[in-house]
Amino acid sequence: MDGILNRDTLLKWAPLIVLLVLILFFSVMEPRFFSVRNFARIAIASAPALMVALGVTFIIIMGSIDLSMEGTVSVCAVVFAKLFILMGATMASWAWLALPMALIVGAAIGFVNGYVHVKLKIPSFMASLAMGFVGTGLAMVLTGGDRIRIEDELFRGLLTTRWFGFPIMVYVALAFLLIGWFIQSKTKLGRNFYAVGGGEELAHGSGLNVNRVRIMGFMLAGVFFAVGALLAVGRIGLAETATGNNFMFLSITAVVVGGTALWGGIGGVWNTLVGVLIVFVIGNGMVVIGLPGYIQDGVLGILVILAVILSTDRRAISFVK
Amino acid sequence: MYQLNKVDKTFPGVHALKAVDFTIGRGEIVGLVGENGAGKSTLMKVIYGAYQPDGGNVTIDGKTVRFANPRQAMDHGIGMVFQEQSLIPNLTVMENIYLGFEQQFVRFGVIDWKKMAAAASAQLAKVKLSIDPSMTTANLSFAQRQLVELAKVLTLEERIDGDLVILLDEPTSVLAREEVELLFSLVRELTSRASFIFVSHRMDEVLELSDRIYVMKDGAVVDVVAQADAKVENIQHKMVGRDVDKEYYREQKQKPYDPSQVLASFENVTVTSSFKDLSFELHPGEVLCLVGTEGSGREAVLRTVFGLEKPTSGTVEVKGSPYGKANARTAVERGVGYVPRERKVEGIVNGMNVYENMTLSQMGKYSTGGILRIGEERALAEKWVERLAIKTPNVYKDCGGLSGGNQQKVVLAKWRSGGSDIILLDHPTRGLDIGAKEDVYDMVREMCDDGVGIILVADTLEEAIGLSHTILVLKDGEFQKRFDGTPGDKPSLFDLVHHMI
Repeated sequence: MDGILNRDTLLKWAPLIVLLVLILFFSVMEPRFFSVRNFARIAIASAPALMVALGVTFIIIMGSIDLSMEGTVSVCAVVFAKLFILMGATMASWAWLALPMALIVGAAIGFVNGYVHVKLKIPSFMASLAMGFVGTGLAMVLTGGDRIRIEDELFRGLLTTRWFGFPIMVYVALAFLLIGWFIQSKTKLGRNFYAVGGGEELAHGSGLNVNRVRIMGFMLAGVFFAVGALLAVGRIGLAETATGNNFMFLSITAVVVGGTALWGGIGGVWNTLVGVLIVFVIGNGMVVIGLPGYIQDGVLGILVILAVILSTDRRAISFVK
Repeated sequence: MYQLNKVDKTFPGVHALKAVDFTIGRGEIVGLVGENGAGKSTLMKVIYGAYQPDGGNVTIDGKTVRFANPRQAMDHGIGMVFQEQSLIPNLTVMENIYLGFEQQFVRFGVIDWKKMAAAASAQLAKVKLSIDPSMTTANLSFAQRQLVELAKVLTLEERIDGDLVILLDEPTSVLAREEVELLFSLVRELTSRASFIFVSHRMDEVLELSDRIYVMKDGAVVDVVAQADAKVENIQHKMVGRDVDKEYYREQKQKPYDPSQVLASFENVTVTSSFKDLSFELHPGEVLCLVGTEGSGREAVLRTVFGLEKPTSGTVEVKGSPYGKANARTAVERGVGYVPRERKVEGIVNGMNVYENMTLSQMGKYSTGGILRIGEERALAEKWVERLAIKTPNVYKDCGGLSGGNQQKVVLAKWRSGGSDIILLDHPTRGLDIGAKEDVYDMVREMCDDGVGIILVADTLEEAIGLSHTILVLKDGEFQKRFDGTPGDKPSLFDLVHHMI
């Protein structure tokens, strides 16, 4: 019994330990790594990815997967930028309405994902992957391939205004992290995610409307993707079809490395926070100590496999598909 | 000569085999009987190498052997004929027959399908089955699949030099009478090369085929009878082991139910391919037990009451009106609670803690605008943990870590605390030890006192008789007979078995 307990405790804290070891490692290699300036840099880079990863966390807890993030982020970013420019191009006007509109667009894409998955009984990875491509295409149609610049001072304040060395967008991300935590642990919906992921048949047998939970989950993920899109636009000051690029690999990697189980029911937003930080600390640290950037992807790939090896109790599973 | 000497096997909380001695000689057919949970399947798994014994040893012709897996057992001539479900339906017959042993047909890395087909045809000829070996298995009838299973095991004849021991697990459960005859004559012919262990619930068939019969009860062999001395009644008495203990099933606490009110009713209900033309009424305080063999439609009845199956014809009324659409949600809202058979799979959510599991079906009552009132959930869970004496350190404990009996209590608490007054119990005591079983029996009586109506599919016949007010016997989906189970005037085991088979 003790052995199992130790293993469980170890697994629970392993991602955090990895994160601390990484920070220690890079700090020793290059003292400049351990500075508020650099941490702010890591935080800025991770904020949009954290939002996307949080969204997909809920889906993975349900035992499904959402691969539409790249398309969704692009569409939300482009729609936001178009509306923002159209309605006055400054936060001081009605253009601020573009922010909630972007979230609604995210929710709508999520709804379509969920609806296609549940009602047409298409596996979630396929339904969402396809929707992601539709999204990328749509973003291209909307922009005609152009970049849309947002130059409003107030909106750019997300990046430029700093409190205690960190820009506002980091605090926004933190706020949404807390919202995610609240949903996960304090609401019916959050409980339902775990129930569906832990035992779908049983959840159904307990009178839960599993289909509704799934659709709600995809909508929630869509909203978080949209927040990620807004932060991404805030960070670089422009929206384009490529805004969503790379989010799929980053977010799934982060969720898995953070210790959320791919088969559902286990994990949560704190795991995802740690996972995102691990991914970006590695990325930043390798640059700081002067390793070429292209090694990063390789290292991350290996890390994902390691994380899954660690978190899988292979004695309990004889076959995987 | 294959022998088990004082073989022991323990699982957490269960002593599944207790010093079992078992011998099978060359060309012998040995029957193995016992109730569900008596240890038959564990014993079979030890024999064909799926489990390793904790104590005692296994010998073949006097030499001690130890099998790490079924493959090693096969290499010693021990084969298992599973029930028909164990063939892979999307493969062809020959692929199934040689699954794992394709190497013999491989030339330069490519499988010679013609050669495999010819070899498979030879195997099928042994069981007198003339089908195309390249047929997809899914297209075969149940009886044909059973024979293919046997043919698959018979490939051992060519591979192994010594004697064979072949286990037949409920081989007749899906066969018609003529097919059973055919199988039996086949088995008798094959005894020139192999000995057989025959496991079945059908006592008459065991008596007909076996030279000797091992009777198991509570993990031990209680008797070995030769065919000449075997009588169905004696064997059944030994399987049960004692006269049905009235105390054990809390019969003294069984009170008459209230026939004036109806909680749920079936009127000429048919669900295609499961059961037909079934009528009954469930009253407050009544335990209604469905009795029949596996596949007699008992579970489908429960699923229909719970709204998971839609009746093809007839009327199902729960609390005075039928369900609009087959829907578990409506059932839960009307106070139906389902305690399924596979606790691990369907009863509790692994990874969720005690209070989360208890409020799973009634989160609406413990939330405002979607936000949960966790304090109240905890209070509820603490109350029920105390009331049902659930053994858990606290309500934060992951339910997956509780023992089977305590998981069962959590499931019951889930429904009872939500105010369910129609409880469907599917094998509620399966896999529980005696003490935990008695707790469940106590709970059944308490629920009846509270005016709950219970529909039960019991783990054993004694349990069915001991617990119920009313027994309905089903056979192949057809209603056979209704028995009244008033204490002191309960039907006997034999009364029921007579109508079941």
